[in-house]
Amino acid sequence: MKVIKIDKKDWAGGIKKIQDSYRLFGPVKGEKFHDFKELAKGELPDLNFSNTRLSPKSIVYPQSEVMFEYSLDEKDPDHHIMKDAAKNYSPKAVLGIRPCDASAFLLVKRNFDTPEYKDPYWIRAYEATTFVGYACNNPCSTCFCTTAGSGPFNEDGLDILLTDAGDCWYAKAITEKGEKLLNTAGWNKDAAAGAVKKIESLKKEAEAKISSFVSTGELKNKKTTELYEAPFWEDVSFACINCGTCTYLCPTCWCFDIQDENSGCSGVRMKNWDSCMFPLFTIHGTGHNPRGTKLHRVRQRFMHKLKYYVDKYENGIQCVGCGRCIRSCPVNIDIRRVCEIMNSYDPKACECPVK
Amino acid sequence: MSGKVIKGGIKVQNPYMPYPVRIDEIITETEDRNLKTFKFVFLNPGDEDKFSYRAGQFAELSVTGKGEIPIGIASSPTEKGFVKFTVNKVGLVSSYLHSMKVGDIMGIRGPLGNSYPWDTLEGKNVVIIGGGFAFTTLRSSIVSMLDPANRKKFKDINVIYGARSPGMLLYRDELAAWERRDDIKMHITVDAANDPGWKYNVGFVPAITEKKAPKADADTYAIICGPPVMIKFTQPVLDKLGYGHDHIIMSLENRMKCGIGMCGRCNIGKEFVCKDGPVFTLAQLNATPREY
Repeated sequence: MKVIKIDKKDWAGGIKKIQDSYRLFGPVKGEKFHDFKELAKGELPDLNFSNTRLSPKSIVYPQSEVMFEYSLDEKDPDHHIMKDAAKNYSPKAVLGIRPCDASAFLLVKRNFDTPEYKDPYWIRAYEATTFVGYACNNPCSTCFCTTAGSGPFNEDGLDILLTDAGDCWYAKAITEKGEKLLNTAGWNKDAAAGAVKKIESLKKEAEAKISSFVSTGELKNKKTTELYEAPFWEDVSFACINCGTCTYLCPTCWCFDIQDENSGCSGVRMKNWDSCMFPLFTIHGTGHNPRGTKLHRVRQRFMHKLKYYVDKYENGIQCVGCGRCIRSCPVNIDIRRVCEIMNSYDPKACECPVK
Repeated sequence: MSGKVIKGGIKVQNPYMPYPVRIDEIITETEDRNLKTFKFVFLNPGDEDKFSYRAGQFAELSVTGKGEIPIGIASSPTEKGFVKFTVNKVGLVSSYLHSMKVGDIMGIRGPLGNSYPWDTLEGKNVVIIGGGFAFTTLRSSIVSMLDPANRKKFKDINVIYGARSPGMLLYRDELAAWERRDDIKMHITVDAANDPGWKYNVGFVPAITEKKAPKADADTYAIICGPPVMIKFTQPVLDKLGYGHDHIIMSLENRMKCGIGMCGRCNIGKEFVCKDGPVFTLAQLNATPREY
């Protein structure tokens, strides 16, 4: 696909044109942190950031989403019957998403778009969205994307990859969806012959700046029950306070709850983000809880991302190496360290010699 | 599931949308009044055909304004015109359901999960071992196997079913009717009976299993469904009788929401109890974390 050169003077005008046809989302700075927001008409995304504090998953998968509406008033002819809530699946674009976060959607898609069942809300919102990626010229110290199946210039899951070339932007159209957005913006100036080379060299530089890594090659060969029963979970989970921050800001965590919320004689049934860190997530009606201790819950989070997902889909780990959980964990639990422990675990090495 | 979404011109089912149903009959099953059987009829013609199920599957009962609960289907696919569920009064939704009355409108979503492995069980001896109120999908199985069109597909059928007391047994009229048949061997038991007219077994399920269950062979499968304590003490008995772990079939329960393998809470290792189960062989369970 072709590379377009966008002069910085044409940036704001193009964005305005995009907003005529798309609901546009982009990073906006709050008091301290950047997060993705829907941009008001004429508002520009603030691309002066390394990554947002929260992942952009809510653009496709809102934290709370109404599925159905109902009436509890027996005078209504359709009382107690679920009705589809009104939805807006008009075209959306997210501008400035980092490549790791865009590839995260592909991992999550395996959960919501299965051969047997399709989650219509996730799928339709995903399909309505055009992903305009923003290549990372300067990855952070907690980024380990290159060994987690992604990378600072990774194109998986993107429709366009934007590269900041200093005096101009290069926009590489990756899909037809991406080309359409570039046309809408009126960005149509083919880049000079050197652009591809320039992007390639920026990519190499960025990849060379990644300073942390995970090894994942042995995970699939480990026995689930041996990893599960390994003694290291006590140490890994010791400091955890089950706050759920890691799952909340993770781009690949998708767990949810379903709740009815009534207001007078009507109400809605909705999906809400949930977290494996909370005891209520799994407690039975009887009070029995199969994941009743924090060790169970911490183990579930890491086993899900680094073992169950690996075995279920045979397509790598359920992590893109964005590093958010490492940066925001209040007790410094580090998925890179846990991954190393799991990947190199040898149950025999832990056995005490029989005397 | 009834909701339709248009996707690229193709109609896609919305797996979260329940079929609307009306409560047609409510039967109080047990002397403690904590178990009721609800018979539902579908409001929309055609939904019953879409809700085509096999014994061992479950559904989400959707009580509008309260939420959903995953409950095993107690009716048999051979019974037409309605579906039946026996519900223990435990939490928010089940307690509210117990206060509902005939004629009330709610929803059911399903059928969900796999089923007992009927293809494997065809031509085999089947030993059903149940305890307490975990007899619902076993009732579905028995009614289905005893159907004139199906009975010849199975060899011997043994049923060991126990409850705390005679008044805590589910489906007592049907149990009595099955006792009178000669094509099914019933071994009903209670932990204790103060009824002098009690003419069946007295003793815990594991002990009765040891006495009455047929010896293991390649053609004999055991299906166990019951409280954890019953399973814990019955499994060694089956081991002793020589049952291989791939010949012991169990149905699990876990907290569920979506029922379609997406919401993330009911997994045991990489398997979802809702979608990959709820029925597993003991051999399969031996290879997964025991988070149930």
